[in-house]
Amino acid sequence: MLHRPDALETHTLSVLVDNEPGVLARVIGLFSGRGYNIDSLTVSEVSHEAHLSRITIVTTGVPMVIEQIKSQLERLVPVHRVNDLTAGGKPVERELALVKVAGSGDARVEALRLADAYRANVIDATTEHFVFEITGRTNKIEQFIAIMQPLGLVEVSRTGVAAVQRGPEGL
Amino acid sequence: MREDLNGAQVVLKALADQGVECVFGYPGGAVLPIYDELFQQDDIRHILVRHEQGATHAAEGYARSTGKVGVVLVTSGPGATNAVTGLTDALMDSIPLVCITGQVPTALIGNDAFQECDTVGITRPCTKHNWLVRDPDDLARVIHEAFYVARTGRPGPVVVDIPKDVQFAPASYIGPKNIQHKTYRPKLKGDQPAIREAVELLASAKKPVIYTGGGVINSGPAASQLLRELVRLTGYPITSTLMGLGAYPASGAQWLGMLGMHGTYEANLAMHDCDVMLCVGARFDDRITGRLDAFSPNSKKIHIDIDPSSINKNVRVDVPIVGDVAHVLEDMVRLWRSSSATPDKAALKRWWEEIDGWRGRDCLRYRQSDSVIMPQYAIERLWELTKDKDVYITTEVGQHQMWAAQFFHFEEPNRWMTSGGLGTMGYGLPATIGVQLAHPDALVVDIAGDASVLMTMQEISTAVQYRLPVKIFILNNQYMGMVRQWQQLLHGNRLSESYMDSLPDFVKLAEAYGAVGMRAEKPDELDDAIREMIAVDRPVLFDCRVAALANCFPMIPSGKAHNEILLADDASDEDIESAIDEEGRVLV
Repeated sequence: MLHRPDALETHTLSVLVDNEPGVLARVIGLFSGRGYNIDSLTVSEVSHEAHLSRITIVTTGVPMVIEQIKSQLERLVPVHRVNDLTAGGKPVERELALVKVAGSGDARVEALRLADAYRANVIDATTEHFVFEITGRTNKIEQFIAIMQPLGLVEVSRTGVAAVQRGPEGL
Repeated sequence: MREDLNGAQVVLKALADQGVECVFGYPGGAVLPIYDELFQQDDIRHILVRHEQGATHAAEGYARSTGKVGVVLVTSGPGATNAVTGLTDALMDSIPLVCITGQVPTALIGNDAFQECDTVGITRPCTKHNWLVRDPDDLARVIHEAFYVARTGRPGPVVVDIPKDVQFAPASYIGPKNIQHKTYRPKLKGDQPAIREAVELLASAKKPVIYTGGGVINSGPAASQLLRELVRLTGYPITSTLMGLGAYPASGAQWLGMLGMHGTYEANLAMHDCDVMLCVGARFDDRITGRLDAFSPNSKKIHIDIDPSSINKNVRVDVPIVGDVAHVLEDMVRLWRSSSATPDKAALKRWWEEIDGWRGRDCLRYRQSDSVIMPQYAIERLWELTKDKDVYITTEVGQHQMWAAQFFHFEEPNRWMTSGGLGTMGYGLPATIGVQLAHPDALVVDIAGDASVLMTMQEISTAVQYRLPVKIFILNNQYMGMVRQWQQLLHGNRLSESYMDSLPDFVKLAEAYGAVGMRAEKPDELDDAIREMIAVDRPVLFDCRVAALANCFPMIPSGKAHNEILLADDASDEDIESAIDEEGRVLV
C-alpha cells in the first residue's frame, strides 16, 4: 500500500481484549488523552468462556498517527491483539441503523418506496410513522438518513461499524 | 493451596514473596487492616512519610537507584489522589512502582462514601495498568501480576486498589511462581535482520553519533557495560538525554555531554550534523529534538526501544529495533566484532576534528565572581569534593537541575535521580529518602532549588525520624529561576510571580525539624561548608546563597533547531550585565 505521509487515511481496527471492567474506558481514554479521532466504535463480548471482547474502531489520521494508535493500543495490558483490517485490503463492514420517519400523504408513500429501494425493513409502524431497520456500509446508511431528512425524519439510532477481514483467516 | 489468611495478610505475604524490603506509605481508614498486619511482622520495613506524594517520590528514588520495584501504600480518597503526581512522574520516566491503595468497602463503592474516590478511574491514564480487587481470591494473583507488569518491558507504575472488606475477608494465596500473565509479554530480543542492517549502517557512517536515554539505565547494569563496549569498539561520539546520564562515564574521551534544550553545544551540533544516529533507549522527546522539522535533517536514524509506541512517534526512523537495550546491544557488539565492514577512518577523523572545534567553544563557561557564589560553581565544587565518594544525586526541577546535569559528572548508572518527563518540583527531597534507605552508607545529595524544595519540605521530618543523613543542597537564588529566565528571555523581563518573597530561614527550619542547618554566602567559605555537610551524619539543609539572576546556558529556545543554540556569550550583554548588578540588592 502506498502511503502519502501527510494524507488522512481511514482505518478500521479490530481489537481483541479481556472482557474486564474498565477495558473500554482504557481504550477511549487513550483516544481522548492523545487526541486521536474515533469515527465509530463498537464493542461486544465474542467469547463468553474466554472472557474476550472485540472492539471495532474506525479512526482517521495520517499514516504515522495510525501506526501510533496501533502501538498504543497494543501497549494496553488487557489487549490481546490489534488487527488493522484496512491494511489487509478492504474489510467487510456493516452497520445497522433504526430510522424513525413520521408523516402522511405523499411523503409517507415516498419514504416507504425509498426504504424498499434501500432494502430497509419496516419493523414498527402506525398510520403516522415507520421505523426502518437498515443494514449496510456506513455511506449507504448515511445516504439513507439524508434522503429521509425531508420526508419526516424523527430520530436515528446506529450501532457503529462491525467488521471482519475478507477471506478464510480470522483475527 | 488454600491457607488460613485474610486479605491484608495476603498483601503482606505477596509483598514478602516479591522480595520487598521496604514500603513507603501513610495510614488511613481504608488501609488499617494492612497496617495492622505490618505491625505484626518483621520482614517488611515501613517508612512513614509526611505526605503521600513524598511516598511516591521516595519509592521512585529507591527504584531508580536499585533497579528494583518501589512500593507505596496509601489510603483511599485523598491518599490516592495525593499519590497521583508521583504516579504520573513514574509513568513519564518509566520507573517501576507498585502503589497499593485502600478503598471503601465494596458495598459502599459508588455511594460517595467518606474518603471515597474512583481511584482506578483517576489513575487509569497515569499508570501502566491498574486493578480494583473485588474478590479476595484474586488478591494474590493481582499483586504478583502488578509486580510483573511494573518491572517488565518498559517499566512503569501500577495501582492495586483494595476495598477494606476485601482486606478483612478470608483469601486464598498463591505464590508468584504460579502466575503467568495472560496477555502481557514484551519482546526482549531484537529482530536480527534489523540489527544486522543497523550494524552495517553504523559501519558506513562518516559522521556518526550515539544518543542514549533512560532506557539504558532501566535495562540494567549489563546494558551500560555493553554500551561502553560498543562506544569503545566503534570510536564514535556519544551523548545522552537527562535521564540517561551515567550509562556512559562523563570522564570518557568520547563523551560529548548531555544534549537537548540545555545540552552542550558539541552534543547538539553533532546531533544536527550527523549522518547516522543510533538512538538507544531514548524517545525523541521535545526537549531533545527542538524544532521537529529541522531535527538532524541529514541523518539515517536507528532506534532501539522496548516500547513499539516510542518508535516513529515524533521522528520517523530508518531502522527501528524493538527490544530490550541489553539484548539488542549484545547482538550489535557481537555483529560489530564479526563484521568485515570497517569504518571510514579518515572521515571519522574529520568528524572528530569538527567536534573538537565545537568543544573549543567551551559552551558551559560562566562568569566567575569573587563576591557571590555562582550556582554553576557551587555544583562544580560539590562534584569536586564528593567525586571520590559513593555518591547519589537527586534534584528538584528547574535551573539547578540543568546545572547539576551539566556540572556534576556521572561515572556510573543509577546514580542520578531526577524528574525528567513530568518535571515535578518537589521530587528530589523525598527521592533522597528512598535512595538513602537502599544505600545506607552512601552520600545522598539533593541538588535543590529554593522554590522546589518547599513543595515537599515536610519530608525532611521523615529523614529525621529514620536517621537518614540525606543532604539537601539548596541553590538559593530567591527566584523560581527557570521561570524567571524564561520571563527574561521571552516576556520582556516582567517577572510575574516568580520571586520567592519571604522564604523561610532554611537554617532555622532545619533545626525546627531536628535536622542540621547550614549556610554558605561567599565563594571562599563554600568548600569548608560542603566538607562539613558531608561530615555530618545527620540530615542537612544546606542554604547555599547563589547569584540571583544567573541564567542557564546553553539554551535551545523553544521552537528552534539545534544549530540555533544560544550560548552565554551570545545572550545580550546588557541583560547579563544588569543581572550581575542586581545581585547585591536581591541577596541583601
